[in-house]
Amino acid sequence: MSDPTTMSQGELGDAAVPELYRSGRAKRNRAKRNRIITYGISIVLVVAVISAGDWSTIQQKYFDLDEMRAAFPDIVTIGVRNTIVYTIGAFVGGVAIGVIMAFLKLTPLRPYRWFATTYIEIFRGLPALLTIFLVGYLTPTALGVQFPIVFGVDSAGIIALSLVAGAYLAETLRAGIEGVPKGQVEAARSLGMSQGATLKTIVMPQAFRLVIPPLTNELVLLLKDTSLLVVLGTTTTTVELTQFGRNSFNESFNGSVLILAGIMYLVITIPMTQLVAHLERRNKARR
Amino acid sequence: MNELTTEAEAAPVPAIDAVPAIELCDLRKSFGTNEVLKGIHLRVAERQVVCIIGASGSGKSTLLRCVNRLEEPTGGQVLIDGIDITHPDCDLDLVRRDIGMVFQQFNLFPHLTALGNVTMAQRKVLKRSEEEATSVARAVLERVGLSEKADAYPSQLSGGQQQRVAIARALAMSPKMMLFDEATSALDPELVGDVLDVMRSLASEGMTMLVVTHEMGFARRVADHVVFMDQGVICEQGPPDQVLGNPSTPRLQQFLEAVLEH
Repeated sequence: MSDPTTMSQGELGDAAVPELYRSGRAKRNRAKRNRIITYGISIVLVVAVISAGDWSTIQQKYFDLDEMRAAFPDIVTIGVRNTIVYTIGAFVGGVAIGVIMAFLKLTPLRPYRWFATTYIEIFRGLPALLTIFLVGYLTPTALGVQFPIVFGVDSAGIIALSLVAGAYLAETLRAGIEGVPKGQVEAARSLGMSQGATLKTIVMPQAFRLVIPPLTNELVLLLKDTSLLVVLGTTTTTVELTQFGRNSFNESFNGSVLILAGIMYLVITIPMTQLVAHLERRNKARR
Repeated sequence: MNELTTEAEAAPVPAIDAVPAIELCDLRKSFGTNEVLKGIHLRVAERQVVCIIGASGSGKSTLLRCVNRLEEPTGGQVLIDGIDITHPDCDLDLVRRDIGMVFQQFNLFPHLTALGNVTMAQRKVLKRSEEEATSVARAVLERVGLSEKADAYPSQLSGGQQQRVAIARALAMSPKMMLFDEATSALDPELVGDVLDVMRSLASEGMTMLVVTHEMGFARRVADHVVFMDQGVICEQGPPDQVLGNPSTPRLQQFLEAVLEH
């Protein structure tokens, strides 16, 4: 490999790093050269993108402050509000379904376990978009059921997203329940506590604590999934944020409101993902 | 090792003809094809302290866990105060109230304070009012020397303190007897003494105790009766001086040599 004479130049003396463990100068120089090349490529790409873009048009079509200003207050009072209502509605529904399915999966009774497994596999395996189509279009035509407006939004959207979220949350909650050490149940039962009391006062509080980070994560995913509800063809008062931006684009061929809608999502999701990261760090520190 | 006082020698002599607090008749337990308990007969009289010693894997913990049916026996009977608790009609929750249990890993409820740990079962099982449960809890916490730690969470306590809270949690139910499953095995050596002190004071107050332990000093000074288990059977038993001082079987001799070497 490298010649020993070029390697005997360490200022601390040769004894500090034995021959075998030296990377040698050649290797260090190579690393430095590679770094310079990657920086160079990045700069060229950035310059190319900037000079190729028609910035005045882009600014007009996507960052028109007047367009954005005109979207207020409807983008908040309708768009953001409805997105949050869809999210919370579907999360509450999803947790309810998830808790039931998690319990069914943990019962010793096989038919119940099969039922829960089938449900979970179907709704985790289907694309959310397809589930929304099925609930939103098929149910009214096949069963003649018209979905009512609840809390100012289309209940079909809440139901469809609840079904999907329920499948994911069931697995998360089951993992949480199974994550509570067996010794906790044994300690409670040895004190004479019934199975129900043990579950309610010892297991579930600890299980929920364990799954708060993944649960918050599911909430963020759900928030973003509400944008799939554009396919429901919601009316002007029941639209969520993405549809709101899209409607504006369709009217004026200007994407500024869509960009604004994107910013609204980030204003909600970034604090939440930061919270998840914080909770996970804290959980890790505790054990 | 630890400063062990000799006062506890004055343990009360159990009455022979009384119904034993714990009686195991031909107790058997298998995990799959692995037979862990091969027909155990054992009697623990009221106010008696019985220590079970033996190598790991000899079945001593399984035996203890069968006494309150945390482990389901595959054969034989477990009689608590003469009541067959292996009978299908037996209300286990009712029986377990009277049998306190202390685990090797403490198993405190991490989401509750020391006080919360000690009051929870009192309120849920004995239906005591919050006020009553709290006053009982403070009394038992004081008894284990931790009255000032009532509001601490388990994660804020040392292993020895956690184990003493666990003992207090069991005592708050006013049990008729206590089971100790290697209560000091998970502790740092300097914390073992505090827990053993509590156990010794319980013994001297006449608590019926079945103790699985590796602490030979404790067994020698506190036990009325020592049982040596090996490969799922009781290999040798008797008064501590005889079993520990003058072992008759080669297996026990080997075991004691290995244990006392250090």
